[in-house]
Amino acid sequence: MSILAVEKLTKQFGGLTAVSEIDLAIQKNELVGLIGPNGAGKTTFFNLLTGVYKPTEGKITMNVDGKSVSLVGKRTDQIAAAGVARTFQNIRLFKQLTVLDNVLIGLHKKNNIGTIRSILRFPSFFKMEDRLRKEALELLAIFDLEDSADVLAENLPYGKQRRLEIVRALATKPALLFLDEPAAGMNPQESAELTQLIKKIQMEFDLTVILIEHDMSVVMNVCERIYVLEYGRLLAEGTPEEIRSNPDVLRAYLGEEH
Amino acid sequence: MSKRMKTILVWVGAAILGFALIQIAILTGWITRYYEMTLMLILINIMLAVGLNLIVGISGQLSLGHAGFMAIGAYTTGIVTKMMPNLGGFALGILGGVVLSGIVAYIVGIPTLRLKGDYLAIATLGVGEIIRITILNLDITNGARGLSGIPKLATWYYAYIVALLIILVAANYVNSSPGRATISVREDEIAAESLGINTKKYKMIAFMIGTMTAAVAGSFHATYYQLIVPSQFDFVRSIDILIMVVLGGMGSLTGSIFAAVFLGLLNHFLADYGAFRVILYAIALILVMIFKPSGLFGRKEIKASKLFNWKKKEASRS
Repeated sequence: MSILAVEKLTKQFGGLTAVSEIDLAIQKNELVGLIGPNGAGKTTFFNLLTGVYKPTEGKITMNVDGKSVSLVGKRTDQIAAAGVARTFQNIRLFKQLTVLDNVLIGLHKKNNIGTIRSILRFPSFFKMEDRLRKEALELLAIFDLEDSADVLAENLPYGKQRRLEIVRALATKPALLFLDEPAAGMNPQESAELTQLIKKIQMEFDLTVILIEHDMSVVMNVCERIYVLEYGRLLAEGTPEEIRSNPDVLRAYLGEEH
Repeated sequence: MSKRMKTILVWVGAAILGFALIQIAILTGWITRYYEMTLMLILINIMLAVGLNLIVGISGQLSLGHAGFMAIGAYTTGIVTKMMPNLGGFALGILGGVVLSGIVAYIVGIPTLRLKGDYLAIATLGVGEIIRITILNLDITNGARGLSGIPKLATWYYAYIVALLIILVAANYVNSSPGRATISVREDEIAAESLGINTKKYKMIAFMIGTMTAAVAGSFHATYYQLIVPSQFDFVRSIDILIMVVLGGMGSLTGSIFAAVFLGLLNHFLADYGAFRVILYAIALILVMIFKPSGLFGRKEIKASKLFNWKKKEASRS
């Protein structure tokens, strides 16, 4: 059974149909790319999946641990709690907080001992606090960020900010990870490193990853399957090789031959 | 000894030292009865500013109705202690005020905390005024004439202890996982939601803790000044508290405490200058906002744990 099933998903903004009848099924542990020209509806599609927008029509179903959950009509935080984590196209870190705090906040939802016990400083509070700190530092270590634990997130170099955002998303222990243009603004070397990183986390964290990306080298290298969107519609679906030679995709990206 | 233990001991020591210093100053006649009023005002303002800072500085929700919640505490305690003029009545009044304030905060929080920025400010301003006008028109609160002859049960040392407790509650909350979740709401609501944090819940928790502490402050106000009238809890009082929070630094509890003390003393020592006092007060505020727009402390805190870190760093350097 697919971990994420989307059926006839449609979103209209007034008269404009941003996303139109998209069907999509993603298997567990897949690494799927979502590409398309600017304005194709990629980010809108992400926002529908993560509950930022409410779909006009259609179904989104998630199957984790043998349980089937509909994501339509749920709040963003409920969807996140159900096991969906994401990063943002224009990095949204908690800039004024330290790197460690960013990760600790990611860990919060699944490790909350409650406000009363926190204020009264129950023994469980200290135990939990120590455990969270240890866990956060371990996560940071995997991404070579442990030395920056006490640095304010805004003072990190760009590449590390992108990485931290991924760490923070992983801290929520997701089953599904959405990456919205993780290679945006990176140079070729950085995006090559990112490619490695994405593969690595998919293996280590037993994840299903969906990737929006403009950088074709990243998408073609890392994704097992690619969906192509154009004008809010699903244009093509297939392996990187199939997509590369698909005439519709070439037309969408390069224009018609005259 | 663990760092945690040491940190606690430093704070307990500082609290006892502060208490002893004030006590000595009173016994030796340094602090006269007149000065004691300033001391009391400062302690009440600390309770108010720390509570409001949880709402404005930590959860990032601008509230202009704080005095209204203070009024709920003041009137509850005023009414209860007039019927039960002893410490039991005082405790019961505080408890009643806190519960009532929490209930009101919850009810008004559901619709208003959906709003953002300016809209929330206007809405909370309205809430504060509704509370004041309700009190003005009730029989039990004696309308515009207010309650007089409230037994004098609040003393500076009760206020000192309770102010410390409120600081402790606030600091414990801020330095915990739910506290960090609340701060994340201030920093970036969309990112917080994407991490599974129910932003409405944490706004509500901060709002409720803040308004409940305001009720405690109100209880002390009532049982110290012995006379309460609705006009003491108007919009201007809310702004007074907000000024302390902004001046000290939104998000810094240390800053709120410092600002409450600083403005209390400034008011006290400028009292002889009449209207000139208001001008100087305003100039002081303007200067701070020009040179330190994030407030005196920004978001920094004085932490005993840092003391040990600093020592450790020194040791590792040498």
